[in-house]
Amino acid sequence: MDHKRRKREIEQLEKKVEDLRRLASPQIPEAELERVRAEINFLKRDFHAHLDAWQRTQLARHPQRPSTLDYIRLLFADFTEIHGDRAFADDPAMVTGMARFHGRPVAVIGQQKGRDTKQKLARNFGMSKPEGYRKALRVMKIAGKFGRPIFTFVDTPGAYPGIDAEERGQAEAIARNLREMARLPVPIIVTITGEGGSGGALAIAVGDTVNMLENSIYSVISPEGCASIIWRDASKAEQAAAALKISAPDLLELGLIDEIVPEPDGGAHLNHEATAQLLDPVLERWLKELVRLPTPELLDRRYEKYRRMGQFMEQAAIP
Amino acid sequence: MAWFKREKKPIEQPTPPDERRVRTEGLWIKCDSCRAIVWKKDLENNWQVCPKCQHHFKLGATRRLELLFDGGWLEQDAHLTSTDPLGFVDTKPYVTRLKEAQKKLGMGDAIITAEGFLNSRPLICCSMEFGFIGGSMGAVVGEKVTRAIELAMEKKLPLVIVSCSGGARMMEGTISLMQLAKVSAALARLDEARVPYISVLTDPTTGGVTASYAMLGDLNIAEPGALIGFAGPRVIEQTIRQKLPEGFQTAEFLLQHGFLDAVVPRKDLKTYIANALDLFLA
Ligand SMILES: [Zn+2]
Repeated sequence: MDHKRRKREIEQLEKKVEDLRRLASPQIPEAELERVRAEINFLKRDFHAHLDAWQRTQLARHPQRPSTLDYIRLLFADFTEIHGDRAFADDPAMVTGMARFHGRPVAVIGQQKGRDTKQKLARNFGMSKPEGYRKALRVMKIAGKFGRPIFTFVDTPGAYPGIDAEERGQAEAIARNLREMARLPVPIIVTITGEGGSGGALAIAVGDTVNMLENSIYSVISPEGCASIIWRDASKAEQAAAALKISAPDLLELGLIDEIVPEPDGGAHLNHEATAQLLDPVLERWLKELVRLPTPELLDRRYEKYRRMGQFMEQAAIP
Repeated sequence: MAWFKREKKPIEQPTPPDERRVRTEGLWIKCDSCRAIVWKKDLENNWQVCPKCQHHFKLGATRRLELLFDGGWLEQDAHLTSTDPLGFVDTKPYVTRLKEAQKKLGMGDAIITAEGFLNSRPLICCSMEFGFIGGSMGAVVGEKVTRAIELAMEKKLPLVIVSCSGGARMMEGTISLMQLAKVSAALARLDEARVPYISVLTDPTTGGVTASYAMLGDLNIAEPGALIGFAGPRVIEQTIRQKLPEGFQTAEFLLQHGFLDAVVPRKDLKTYIANALDLFLA
């Protein structure tokens, strides 16, 4: 596979630099070292720019990928968690609270998948139930009431498909969030950090800007789900991932997201601190830009942003 | 030649359209619910409700408008069609699927939006067509519903949306998903404008349509026996690896759990809507 070959090529070059550095002597000009380093960087960038949708899906789902709690720890101060939907339960798959971002009080909301088996079970693999979406909305309304901007971090395979979730109105909870987020009178800054799984992701992802980490995905259906519908074969997920156009570059081109946030070499899972450092200035820039807008303008801008999404032919002949 | 064809059980999105199509050759239909053999003509005259057991079969988008409007109606945006934005190909190209559905049904996509009169009251009504790629919502359905909402707001006319859909349209990927946000944002404005919106959920209403406009009515009402849910029954069964309880995700189940305002038989639907709007507006 071409992908593996190119990865080997990069590794060989990196080893060469290491060797040269170890041998460092006046005979090896610094310029030569620089040249090889530049070549490596170019190859790496090229390599990452050409990851296919399925490779990105695997990175997006990597268990070591930074989670909402990691971003909270690395980017926010004074995080104060808020629990429960005041109606049924607290949903551990959804983390919500207030915190400070560069000194400014804000609300933070995000899904939490869990890293090891124990955490995954406790967090229900990041699949929220209605109480999770209702808790998120409750916190967003607090933020709206006190004029606090909202940051959301999206990382979920989807809303939980189970008997209890249906009984308690999964669809209603999601629908309500979509409608209410459209009119929340404070800036909403959304970042898709890993898996943006359909309605369960969108329910905390209606905002003034939607950023995607370089290797995250955002899709109406999982590639496996799509493959099992089309070919009755979930193992064709690789093909489905490509067909669905779920990668950040594809979605930017389709005009569905606002910005791609670069990840450290090799992917966010390799370096949480570096990932946070790359994300931080993006969040800060958007926040500065959005808090300047008067509320009516902010809301009109948000409405128009979604209003424009979707392509169609206006005057086609129907066969 | 068979004298009757067995009507298939309503199935959620994962079934290919060819298997899903209701078979209507033959002059007779065996009712799926009471197993009585019903003359097709009788079923049609009774708005696709079994005269023996009142089982509600699917009603086409145009027939639905005939049921609700007093007479004719003014259709909106009839010529909006999909551009196949992803160039999507599964077992056949999406453009082929679209052309086949358009040819079969004589409509541009899975919804008719129209202005007309219901018991002499002018209103905007959207009616979904399940026969068109499972009534799925892509950019065209999302745009037509949004325009209908904006028209209702502009004219201060009540809005009725009759849903019948497997959810967001897979072949338009994330564009379909964004329609949920687009339509819901428009409904937030309609809500603020204090224009009434009645959502009618019919068999089946699942996925992204339930998780957006179908659940956002001032009143959410449904037809008896309709399958309504977020996740489809098959997906849930695969996740929890057990059989679903009897009556799970039916209109009656949702009524019992507090997510519907009423279950209204088709024959009473028009009267129910007219009365509700009178109580809201008169
Ligand atoms: Zn019957």
